[in-house]
Amino acid sequence: MATYLEFIQQNEERDGVRFSWNVWPSSRLEATRMVVPLACLLTPLKERPDLPPVQYEPVLCSRPTCKAILNPLCQVDYRAKLWACNFCFQRNQFPPAYAGISEVNQPAELMPQFSTIEYVIQRGAPSPLIFLYVVDTCLEDDDLQALKESLQMSLSLLPPDALVGLITFGRMVQVHELSCEGISKSYVFRGTKDLTAKQIQDMLGLTKPAMPVQPMRPAQPQERPSVSSRFLQPIHKIDMNLTDLLGELQRDPWPVPQGKRPLRSTGVALSIAVGLLEGTFPNTGARIMLFTGGPPTQGPGMVVGDELKVPIRSWHDIEKDNARFMKKATKHYEMLANRTAANGHCIDIYACALDQTGLLEMKCCPNLTGGYMVMGDSFNTSLFKQTFQRIFSKDFNGNFRMAFGATLEVKTSRELKVAGAIGPCVSLNVKGPCVSENELGVGGTSQWKICGLDPTTTLGIYFEVVNQHNAPIPQGGRGAIQFVTHYQHSSTQRRIRVTTVARNWADVQSQLKHIEAAFDQEAAAVLMARLGVFRAETEEGPDVLRWLDRQLIRLCQKFGQYNKEDPMSFRLSDSFSLYPQFMFHLRRSPFLQVFNNSPDESSYYRHHFARQDLTQSLIMIQPILYSYSFHGPPEPVLLDSSSILADRILLMDTFFQIVIYLGETIAQWRKAGYQDMPEYENFKHLLQAPLDDAQEILQARFPMPRLDFFCPK
Amino acid sequence: MNVNQSAPPVPPFGQPQPVYPGYHQSSYGGQPGSTAAPTPYGAYNGPVPGYQQTPPPGVSRAPASSGAPPASTAQGPCGQTAYGQFGQGDVQNGPSSGVQMQRLPGSQPFASAPLAPVVSQPAVLQPYGPPPTSAQVTAQLAGMQISGAVAPAPPASGLGYGSPTSLASASGSFPNSGLYGSYPQGQAPPLGQGHPGAQPPQRSVPPQASSFTPPASGGPRMPSMTGPLLPGQSFGGPPVSQPNHVSSPPPQALPPGTQMTGPPGPPPPMHSSQQPGYQLQQNGSFGPARGPQSNYGSPYPGAATFGSQPGPPQPLPPKRLDPDAIPSPIQVIEDDRNNRGSEPFVTGVRGQVPPLVTTNFLVKDQGNASPRYIRCTSYNIPCTSDMAKQAQVPLAAVIKPLARLPPEEASPYVVDHGESGPLRCNRCKAYMCPFMQFVEGGRRFQCCFCSCINDVPPQYFQHLDHTGKRVDAYDRPELSLGSYEFLATVDYCKNNKFPIPPAFIFMIDVSYNAVRSGLVRLLCEELKSLLDFLPREGGAEESAIRVGFVTYNKVLHFYNVKSSLAQPQMMVVSDVGDMFVPLLDGFLVNVSESRAVITSLLDQIPEMFADTRETETVFAPVVQAGMEALKAAECAGKLFLFHTSLPIAEAPGKLKNRDDRKLINTDKEKTLFQPQSGAYQTLAKECVAQGCCVDLFLFPNQYVDVATLSVVPQLTGGSVYKYACFQVENDQERFLSDLRRDVQKVVGFDAVMRVRTSTGIRAVDFFGAFYMSNTTDVELAGLDGDKTVTVEFKHDDRLNEENGALLQCALLYTSCAGQRRLRIHNLALNCCTQLADLYRNCETDTLINYMAKFAYRGVLSSPVKTVRDTLITQCAQILACYRKNCASPSSAGQLILPECMKLLPVYLNCVLKSEVLQPGAEVTTDDRAYVRQLVTSMDVAETNVFFYPRLLPLTKSPIENTTEPPAVRASEERLSNGDIYLLENGLNLFLWVGASVQQGVVQSLFGVSSFSQITSGLSVLPVLDNLLSKKVRGLIDSLRAQRSRYMKLIVVKQEDKLEMLFKHFLVEDKSLSGGASYVDFLCHMHKEIRQLLS
Repeated sequence: MATYLEFIQQNEERDGVRFSWNVWPSSRLEATRMVVPLACLLTPLKERPDLPPVQYEPVLCSRPTCKAILNPLCQVDYRAKLWACNFCFQRNQFPPAYAGISEVNQPAELMPQFSTIEYVIQRGAPSPLIFLYVVDTCLEDDDLQALKESLQMSLSLLPPDALVGLITFGRMVQVHELSCEGISKSYVFRGTKDLTAKQIQDMLGLTKPAMPVQPMRPAQPQERPSVSSRFLQPIHKIDMNLTDLLGELQRDPWPVPQGKRPLRSTGVALSIAVGLLEGTFPNTGARIMLFTGGPPTQGPGMVVGDELKVPIRSWHDIEKDNARFMKKATKHYEMLANRTAANGHCIDIYACALDQTGLLEMKCCPNLTGGYMVMGDSFNTSLFKQTFQRIFSKDFNGNFRMAFGATLEVKTSRELKVAGAIGPCVSLNVKGPCVSENELGVGGTSQWKICGLDPTTTLGIYFEVVNQHNAPIPQGGRGAIQFVTHYQHSSTQRRIRVTTVARNWADVQSQLKHIEAAFDQEAAAVLMARLGVFRAETEEGPDVLRWLDRQLIRLCQKFGQYNKEDPMSFRLSDSFSLYPQFMFHLRRSPFLQVFNNSPDESSYYRHHFARQDLTQSLIMIQPILYSYSFHGPPEPVLLDSSSILADRILLMDTFFQIVIYLGETIAQWRKAGYQDMPEYENFKHLLQAPLDDAQEILQARFPMPRLDFFCPK
Repeated sequence: MNVNQSAPPVPPFGQPQPVYPGYHQSSYGGQPGSTAAPTPYGAYNGPVPGYQQTPPPGVSRAPASSGAPPASTAQGPCGQTAYGQFGQGDVQNGPSSGVQMQRLPGSQPFASAPLAPVVSQPAVLQPYGPPPTSAQVTAQLAGMQISGAVAPAPPASGLGYGSPTSLASASGSFPNSGLYGSYPQGQAPPLGQGHPGAQPPQRSVPPQASSFTPPASGGPRMPSMTGPLLPGQSFGGPPVSQPNHVSSPPPQALPPGTQMTGPPGPPPPMHSSQQPGYQLQQNGSFGPARGPQSNYGSPYPGAATFGSQPGPPQPLPPKRLDPDAIPSPIQVIEDDRNNRGSEPFVTGVRGQVPPLVTTNFLVKDQGNASPRYIRCTSYNIPCTSDMAKQAQVPLAAVIKPLARLPPEEASPYVVDHGESGPLRCNRCKAYMCPFMQFVEGGRRFQCCFCSCINDVPPQYFQHLDHTGKRVDAYDRPELSLGSYEFLATVDYCKNNKFPIPPAFIFMIDVSYNAVRSGLVRLLCEELKSLLDFLPREGGAEESAIRVGFVTYNKVLHFYNVKSSLAQPQMMVVSDVGDMFVPLLDGFLVNVSESRAVITSLLDQIPEMFADTRETETVFAPVVQAGMEALKAAECAGKLFLFHTSLPIAEAPGKLKNRDDRKLINTDKEKTLFQPQSGAYQTLAKECVAQGCCVDLFLFPNQYVDVATLSVVPQLTGGSVYKYACFQVENDQERFLSDLRRDVQKVVGFDAVMRVRTSTGIRAVDFFGAFYMSNTTDVELAGLDGDKTVTVEFKHDDRLNEENGALLQCALLYTSCAGQRRLRIHNLALNCCTQLADLYRNCETDTLINYMAKFAYRGVLSSPVKTVRDTLITQCAQILACYRKNCASPSSAGQLILPECMKLLPVYLNCVLKSEVLQPGAEVTTDDRAYVRQLVTSMDVAETNVFFYPRLLPLTKSPIENTTEPPAVRASEERLSNGDIYLLENGLNLFLWVGASVQQGVVQSLFGVSSFSQITSGLSVLPVLDNLLSKKVRGLIDSLRAQRSRYMKLIVVKQEDKLEMLFKHFLVEDKSLSGGASYVDFLCHMHKEIRQLLS
């Protein structure tokens, strides 16, 4: 039998799921005593090149409260053409299309290897992808120029039928109409005034004027596109126009007096972008991409005043309750984020500035809608340029690695309930029989909306075992969970991905060893970390740390082997051995520690932590340190100063940053130019190796990490 | 005279003469000259006698009259001459005719030495002599009518002769007419007119008019008088009564009251026609005489026949005054032209009354501001407020600070006093002017306004000559001229910064209506070339004014036309509830730099909105946007708004249709003139603060609420133009012409005007297009050469005759090149302790200007009826005061008008009948509001022609005669169906074609062969190569050139339905809306006066 490690890995590869426990304690009481909750990391759209989608629609359980999807775990009566739902045990007729079904002629969804399967829904007109650029013009000329170039470049990466729109803002907000010949036209809004969605739509002329003239039916569908198309145009139509328009973008022309920040109406600009899409393409995949070079300084959502002498809020100010705009701004952006999420759109923020830009207040926009958050020093850096370019990277089919407007539904067998999810999602507030009363993360629902996701987007999903102690589960019984993800594929198809997993129940009393062995400490660490970070958003830092510590202690208490009063006797089994170390690093990570980080940085780090998959998350928690030497292949070393040796090269990857550190001797050799001498080619190779490795990481990661090169004198 | 007196008649007269002799002789004496006439008179005389006989029996008249009337007309001319002779020779005839004659001469003399001529006329004249100005109109109803008939002469005689004559005369006249048959052609009643040919010259005499009055009155009245019996009284009075008075017919005693006698004396009409001054005797209306009058009336039927010529007379015979007997505006204008048009008006002397606005004259500035800048209601101010109250003559000045001058007159010199700024009195802040007294050898000066003694700054010091004048007085405009400018220093600028050159913003409605009517395309096309003609300063090569463009319907579109752009950028602002300007850089640009982009924009605009279906518009946000744009650019400027419809879109300043004709003549009528919401006032206030002037061009198809929309232009010194139902084909020329003129005209921006006065009076009230935030400073966001401010003064202390009263109007403004300047106008007035002096130095045109503005403002707060009554009452009080205090004693039945104010009733009647105060059924609420605000900033010349339109006969004078034909009075009676007339009032221009105009004329003017083929409502005359066509078109062009707005021509055919419209402008007639005819109103006025006097 394969080891649990292999099992875990296989499961992850096939289903994109990693559970903290792979054998489940069979009662509520025992489950709670396990300290680490039963939970999983789910990567809903994990790339599966080997999984071609099926071109029909799923078969649903007919019980209205269940509606689970036919899956390999279902009992099928081929003769009667019946199947029994494995969640509610309802017996269902196969639909007529399945008339030819038999043991040898099974549909894909019944085959065990298709525990994850993807359906393509044929109904409904495909809706185009929409990209709405929201561009700050209060930038330095260099920055603006670089940004303009990036944007122009991005146009070439978009599919020709994608709709694009452009909103620019500074002191005013301009919504550009893209289909004008001979004159460029834009709608201008004052940056200080909060407008309701209705007002915005009225002002943009998106609302149909009550048409008393001709109530002709046929006219309506025709006009619909024409209205919206004023601001959102298929790229192939207005490619040139938009390129010129971007080229002509000028810095915000309003004078900025000495000692003032430029007036930047980010809040209103976003609000208008949201309102625009809301009015024209609700529930259609769309990205609002906000490019900003500084903090919002006026209007709703302002983060700091325009007086330069008053600096933007710091953690210190926040603790002292001195951040006068924070609460209001946060509220504004939350409101926007929720509206955006409700419409199935997502908001990206690309913030490039040396100082903070208000990510703390705006974080909810990407966080709740599944948008990206990118932070850099300048638009004129490769970090931004490449990161931005990577957004438009394509998969093996030539489709964007992005999906829109997803809903994730979780169904559980009766012994389980779902307690919540943590990730770039919002609750859809669907109360079902499988919703737990206890909430972990975003709970109280069995469905979440993820407006923007990519193949690596990963959610932590937390469960609760509700089976009572006195209602034992029959030996060999399995608990099942079905994840159903509806989403709009980047090819504009609607798709449904269904993953059905099952794990064995085990009685803690008798089978603790089993359960222990099936512990996935990596997944558990990440899942606990997500809980901790989630709490940190609302609770005081020290409280979170104390909570983490207590959990660790309880876990060790439960699973550690030790003799009282004898610290040296403490032992943890292999499956737990790394867990404390993860917790140690987590405690001092920027996700929980704010010292030396600005509020924006904290927000940035936490944003990424909450959406990356397990591997990346682990790197974030515990950076990787490799040591390169002539003595052999690179080896991981301790995150300790003792790892710094004169004849080694160190490569550290913290996810956000990659550092290459040359040992003293190495540095001297390099300075002496040995690498250029043919006889020291091996030294050249040694120097090159970490660079190559770093490059490899850089290529694969989003967002692009910062690469630093340290070389002691 | 003798000659004429066709032997036969003479004798009779002769007899009567005896009586007259005294009078006439003297008066006539002067006149004898006119010989030609004689013959005609002869004729009269003939009949007359007969009448005379009749006289005794009232009845007899009838027959006589019938005969006579016609003659009268014809006789008119002749008569005059004849009369003149008569006068000399025979009292009777003489008088009447003589009177006329005399008047003519007299009038001239008046001009120079007013009464001189008058004097000629015996007793009557003499009285006049002093008051030369006053014209007497004897109001004898009967007389009036009669007067229409040639009668005048006869009556006079009659009078002279005695009671009998009067009647006779009347009748006599008729007969004459008959005799004269030929004359009649001229149309008897109009005699004056009929005579035209002859008259003209006589008219030239007009000045005498005043003098005339007496005679005329005398003539006619006499008879009437006699009839009435009152004679004795009247006589007593009449004779005395100066020409100005109109004696009420009945009372007047024949003998004395040459004037009085008038009543019956149909003759007056003639006179009157020529010269207003006359007394109309309407026994009926005024006089106690009524009884008799009526009688006359009946008997006169004959008169009616006379009237026949005019037509109307017949129906009203009994009560009608002969229109020719009452003061004629035309005559007054002609007289003034002839007398004062040739000499330059030199402003050196204090308190001079300038020539009328209708007279072409040159002005030489010798220390007082030209009347082109300032005109006063009176140039002689009562010394005390009691006097002023008594007289009720409003003391007002009509100031047009930036008036354009004819090329022959130099515009004000610019004086630079250097860094210290213009020299001013330390206490009252008056500016250095010619009236300042330098004392102590020139080291100090005493302020002429507040008497404060100020030091002369060293750099300004100059020695005085032996008369106490500075040696350099004539080198310095501010010491020798009435008008000049100072360069302002930075202290006079907003925020202590020199202004940035102003900007023009064109804001174009692009809603469905605007696009469909072709307005948008037309306008954009025009702007392309018009932008080359923005006003520029002096010799500047190109205008410093920057331009910006906005279009709008329910939302606003701003345009970035920065020169560096490849194509214009449009920025839409939909947030009309909270307007703001979306761009700074590139909105206001220099035309030449951004020409390519602007042209591209103007090409694009019509295209972009060609398919618009947006019908709703906003208004207040548009103004706000323009204002904010100027604010952002930190400059003053002007908005040109082209707007089509009631702003009903959801936005501030949204209006609802509240047009409700039912409100007319109710207490709520005033709400039609009031703005709907206060928002516009607030907005206007902000505009003024920014120096943002708004010119509004309206193109409504229906009600747009001009009353509300015009608030902003009104308060910011802008103009409103209205083109109802605009169609490019029909209205293009008018609109473009107005637009060109409006864009090109020189404007002063961000102006503040203050009027300072010497101690004793002060400016208390202001009328015009401006805003006032306190009680003294008139704030004008913009001020152009057409805008006029009327200022009313009140006493706050005694004045003294020696010092007179001084006005100094200082206007601080930014020129169109962005230079800050002060324009100063000074005017010295006399002060008087005698009311007569006041009445002798009044200007009726100015008075009407003031009263119209006062009334038009009044309708905002009071029911229209109240306003009208107030006007009438005030007018009656003015005249009654004169009658009581200045006129020589005469019968109460006599209407006596001051010479200077003899046109007051007719003009006032025009004001009362104007569409604002008495709307006809076809006048819309918008029209009324429009006119109301137009009048508010009109100058004297404009109000003059606006209220009393000019009616020019085109085919009366020989074609070769290229001078402007003499106008005729605005009455249907004056139209002959064989002629073509041109009527203009500054806003409208009609070409009236009589039904029986010669075919040749039709052909050469319209290019069609007959009257019936002329298109009614035609607005352009075909360009034909013949003398008549050229002449008429030339005349139309020159008329248009005189007016600040393009007058669209409307061709009206007699008996066509359009004629109704035209008739509205015949202001001497009864109007359809119930306005009184001149004659009726005069009667009414007389009644009012009598009531006041009793």
